[in-house]
Amino acid sequence: MSDKTLQTTGHTQQLTDWQGTVAELKNLVSPRALTGETMLLNMGPQHPSTHGVLRLLLELDGENVVSCIPDVGYLHTGIEKNMEAKTYEQAIVMTDRMDYLNPMGNNLVYCLAIEKIAELDVPERAQAVRVILAELTRINSHLVWLGTHCLDMGAMSVFLYAMREREMVLDMFEMLSGQRMMSTYFRPGGLWRDITPEFLPALNKFLEYFPAKIDEYETLLNNNPLWIDRTQGIGVITPEDAIAWGCTGPTLRGSGVNWDIRKAMPYMGYEKYTFDVPLGEHGDVYDRYLCRIREMRESLRIIKQAVATLPGGPFRSQNRKYVPPPRSELGTSMEAVIHHFKLWTEGFTLPKGEVYVSIESPRGELSCFLSSDGTNRPHRVHFRTPSYVHTMGAIPKMSKGAMLADLVGIIGSVDIVLGDCDR
Amino acid sequence: MQPLDPVELARLTLKEAVLDVTEFRGETTIVVDPARIVEVCRFFRDTEGLEYIFLSDITAVDYFPQEPRFALCYHLYSMLYTRRLRIKVFLPGDDPRLPSVTSVWPSADWEEREAFDMMGIVFEGHPSLRRVLMPEDWEGHPQRKDYPLGYEQVQFSFNYDDIDRTKPYAKE
Repeated sequence: MSDKTLQTTGHTQQLTDWQGTVAELKNLVSPRALTGETMLLNMGPQHPSTHGVLRLLLELDGENVVSCIPDVGYLHTGIEKNMEAKTYEQAIVMTDRMDYLNPMGNNLVYCLAIEKIAELDVPERAQAVRVILAELTRINSHLVWLGTHCLDMGAMSVFLYAMREREMVLDMFEMLSGQRMMSTYFRPGGLWRDITPEFLPALNKFLEYFPAKIDEYETLLNNNPLWIDRTQGIGVITPEDAIAWGCTGPTLRGSGVNWDIRKAMPYMGYEKYTFDVPLGEHGDVYDRYLCRIREMRESLRIIKQAVATLPGGPFRSQNRKYVPPPRSELGTSMEAVIHHFKLWTEGFTLPKGEVYVSIESPRGELSCFLSSDGTNRPHRVHFRTPSYVHTMGAIPKMSKGAMLADLVGIIGSVDIVLGDCDR
Repeated sequence: MQPLDPVELARLTLKEAVLDVTEFRGETTIVVDPARIVEVCRFFRDTEGLEYIFLSDITAVDYFPQEPRFALCYHLYSMLYTRRLRIKVFLPGDDPRLPSVTSVWPSADWEEREAFDMMGIVFEGHPSLRRVLMPEDWEGHPQRKDYPLGYEQVQFSFNYDDIDRTKPYAKE
């Protein structure tokens, strides 16, 4: 706020408040900023390359970034607090809204937490479908990342191609759940409904069509001198720093640390599928780009195996204390009516206890801490979201000493989603 | 190096800092003394055979109206032995404070800031304990159990005098 505005409105209180903020900044920026030697610049929250509403307070020495202070919370919707006021089944809907590029993954981690506390079984068929959809969601998320990352760096055409292929994935989600993004398709004990007849043909068509498209992206970018100039040797983070600063997922693997939760602590039957974990060497923007591109190929491999071995049988658990009975039983069985009524009014209750479940989301480790106090509502739900950790840790760490123009590439390369960050 | 049992080793080395050990669904929780949290974390990070080098998450839980009211769960991960461990501390309802572990894991920085913002737990020695998700001038800590879910009334009027009378915002 300029001095002029302060005088006309006569808010002397605001003036002292404003000076207090400068005093607070003393610990965050270098002393040179207070004398005016370096410049403080706000990037965001309405900046197109900050992927949503991220505000970065930058201290600039010419074009070099001296320090970068992330300011998040513009998209904070209190999802964790709201979930405490809903029954377990109602609260699944909230999880889709966190990371809007990875709705199935968010459903999955929350359902896994419930299933772990309840010791609820998940049929083989539901597990395989969950794996297929989790990997499709990974492709969907990586396509949006690829498109927007390239767009930030000035490569417009890749964005259009990536969105074209993403449309096919979203259409498949719509076939299953009726929704393109906020699908809420995974439920405790299995799935909302069985896969629809048109899903598998569409998936097979996509499996045939997509590998050539990944080749196309790589032809456009891998040896493109402009792309290499803007990505190689930029935003380097060493493996030791990446672990200490909490990096996970492709951001960590770009530095060469082999940690993929699907391999290290398999869930949902990932141990049954053969796939490789792509690793980078240099920990720069280019290696993280390569990791994600290769991950899309590995996802395709997993989906192919899961489709080939897709078992028949029920698509959700038969444990009626947690899973509602099929509608066909309601006309003939009194017990089914009781279960139906109980589950859709009061919901189920979980045994008292606390669990921590983590999965490999497209961005890294997505974990859910679920505490149950024996009632029909979660006592406390906390999500450890990769975007939050990456925004607060990886971006300031990588951008120290970088050029301002490279910061855009760094933000793109850690692939943050602000809905995931702020919850 | 063979993986060692964290519970046994902690009881041997840390002695009375270990207050309780619980097991639920295959997850081990070690309850420790909050005053010695930095020493405990350093022990789990550096001891050979444990090496929990990765701090996944710090979760604050409010057990209102029980006492001790607050709990902090440190979720550690050992990349070498691919296993997890939960360190838990209990804190009193009035003035919950404990030392910060930012010196052990830099990634504790923003997890502690979130716990401060949402639950009002004060971490001594934290480099800059500010609000992170809520606005700087926000009053109260929204994740606490005694904090109401809805606060501000929904406005059904475009009459600004009417809104001014009822809306709870700061007036000079």
